[in-house]
Amino acid sequence: MEQKYIPKASLKAWLGKVRDDGRRLYAPVTENGKTSFRRVKSADEISMEHVQTAQSAKGVAFPRTERLFSYVRQPDGDVTLQDYDPSAIPDTVVFGLRPCDAAALKPLSGIFGWDTEDKPFSERMRRVVFVGVSCSRCDAFCFCTSVGGHPGSAEGSDILLTVVGDGEGYLAEIVTDRGRALVEKGGDLFESATGISKEDYLAEVPVRFSVEEVQRKMAGAFEGDIWKSQSARCLGCGACAFVCPACACFDIQENARGSGAGDRIRCWDSCGFSLFTLHTSGHNPRSTQSQRWRQRLLHKFCYMPQRLSVRGCTGCGRCSRACPVDMNLAEHLGEFEHL
Amino acid sequence: MADNIYLPHPVTIEKVTQEAPGVRTLRLKFKDEEVARTFEFKAGQFGEYSAFGEGESTFCIASSPTRKGYIECTFREAGKVTSALAKLEEGQTMGFRGPYGNTFPLDEWKGKSLLFVAGGIALPPMRCVIWNALDTRSNFKDISILYGAKSVADLVYKHELREWEERPDVNLLTTVDPGGETPGWKGQVGFVPAVLEKMNPTAENTVAIVCGPPVMIKFTFPVLDKLGFKPENIYTTLENRMKCGVGKCGRCNVGSKYVCKDGPVFSRAQLEALPAEY
Ligand SMILES: Cc1cc2nc3c(=O)[nH]c(=O)nc-3n(C[C@H](O)[C@H](O)[C@H](O)COP(=O)(O)OP(=O)(O)OC[C@H]3O[C@@H](n4cnc5c(N)ncnc54)[C@H](O)[C@@H]3O)c2cc1C
Ligand code: SF4
Ligand code: SF4
Ligand code: FES
Repeated sequence: MEQKYIPKASLKAWLGKVRDDGRRLYAPVTENGKTSFRRVKSADEISMEHVQTAQSAKGVAFPRTERLFSYVRQPDGDVTLQDYDPSAIPDTVVFGLRPCDAAALKPLSGIFGWDTEDKPFSERMRRVVFVGVSCSRCDAFCFCTSVGGHPGSAEGSDILLTVVGDGEGYLAEIVTDRGRALVEKGGDLFESATGISKEDYLAEVPVRFSVEEVQRKMAGAFEGDIWKSQSARCLGCGACAFVCPACACFDIQENARGSGAGDRIRCWDSCGFSLFTLHTSGHNPRSTQSQRWRQRLLHKFCYMPQRLSVRGCTGCGRCSRACPVDMNLAEHLGEFEHL
Repeated sequence: MADNIYLPHPVTIEKVTQEAPGVRTLRLKFKDEEVARTFEFKAGQFGEYSAFGEGESTFCIASSPTRKGYIECTFREAGKVTSALAKLEEGQTMGFRGPYGNTFPLDEWKGKSLLFVAGGIALPPMRCVIWNALDTRSNFKDISILYGAKSVADLVYKHELREWEERPDVNLLTTVDPGGETPGWKGQVGFVPAVLEKMNPTAENTVAIVCGPPVMIKFTFPVLDKLGFKPENIYTTLENRMKCGVGKCGRCNVGSKYVCKDGPVFSRAQLEALPAEY
């Protein structure tokens, strides 16, 4: 993989050039003590002090709510439809996503791309360039190395930056042609990089369990009691799904604007919600929280590997950080290993 | 560029039939002539029906693929979208996207006898297969239909029931729950599983297709066991809640199977291999 070096002092100039042709730039911004991806005008607004942003960058490709099409009903009962318009999607650069977020683009693409193509997702993905930044620190919730990831993994990024030296610059690994085009925009700002090894600058994330063993045990535990004991305190609030970079479940709803016009929209949903599978008759195939917890884990660690050849978890640890009752995914997964 | 899989086809309501209290059949015609000409589906498939302004609902296609030029759905007024669809009148526009899901393996059933067992509003998915089989009658041996509803008023497709009754090549048995009969009722009185046992159909070279509320299915399977039907010769459909219909929204799965992609048609043998999440 081709490597370049860019001094920290040149980053602002490069990101300025990146925005030159009207591209939108999304990057981590700290507001009220919380770091999230925001649209920024200048590199000065960016903050990279965090281990992990509160929300992942997935909203750029799979927004929290998205219009699927619009309709206008005429007084005579006729209806005209206005299709989803991909030309309205802005070209975007996402700067500063961690390798676990970039890795989550693969399970997302798996779900939205298998069998039939999901146009809103694929059209957005076509217009985004992802600039990842490796992790030099981790916390107790991180477990990327337990699920096939790595704090310096370039998978999913178009360019991967790693802070090197005493923090005075970045090693830039050019992963895709889209990434190369973005580096070329920087011209001389990028220098040649020789003799720099990113491995010296990465966080050490301990391997917390054998994921193969966990998956094997989990697949055979459908009727077991472990789901009940693990989920006894789960509130079904859905926070874990809303912060997850790999969760893709959605609802389809009507956003009626009155006077017969409106939009069909989709919005994030969670398999942890009690209404998720509720039939109109009142019957619910997953009526208890333990059944819904089982679905969450089996979907990510058994069904997705089986159907899409990719896991639905990259070990970012967000679900554990966000959970109001301290459910810790890495610990819960570890329990399966010893079943 | 790929099509937008969430964009429905506008369809015109050609005909509304009030089947039973709260149950209607809509005959729909595609507005786009190209779509009307090329649209194809197979028995067992379903679609997402739009009431613009209210949302979408999942119904099977209740008409037979052998009847060209239109599709039909039969639905019970149950909640938000179905109530809105029930208010629409002939000539008005709604939306349809589909067909989705797998199909009844009619080709594999060639040369066999078919036994249909349906309860309540579950006749629609079966009506599609029944007409498909009747329109290709020479492919099959005996065709028997056992259909039960709560009361005489709740029987749907009354006109077609009469037609099937009069056909010499169909053996139709209708039944209503005890207390649901009217003075002039000539059919059976009793719950579907009990009537099935009395009917005593042969399992030999026969496929049983069972659709109905979960409790009916639960008590019908053991009767079929007793009659000698093997799990691989019993078919049913699942109705897990759906949104996308195309394997993305994540809510219709039973274990690793998506009802919207791998179903809604399952043999009992296939169901037995799945966790009981339906
Ligand atoms: C494969 C399949 C085939 C089927 N075939 C048939 C058939 O042939 N005939 C038939 O009658 N039924 C059939 N059903 C069942 C049918 O889909 C449901 O009965 C129907 O969708 C109920 O819709 P509703 O809008 O009336 O119900 P509601 O309970 O009102 O829900 C409809 C949707 O509206 C939204 N909604 C409703 N209320 C609210 C609220 N308060 N807040 C937010 N959102 C809300 C929900 O998102 C919900 O998904 C089938 C189901 C499946 C899965
Ligand atoms: S399940 Fe939890 S740890 Fe895994 S990717 Fe989602 S939020 Fe991150
Ligand atoms: S965040 Fe915690 S309490 Fe909320 S649904 Fe997830 S596991 Fe349950
Ligand atoms: S209905 Fe959305 S996944 Fe099956």
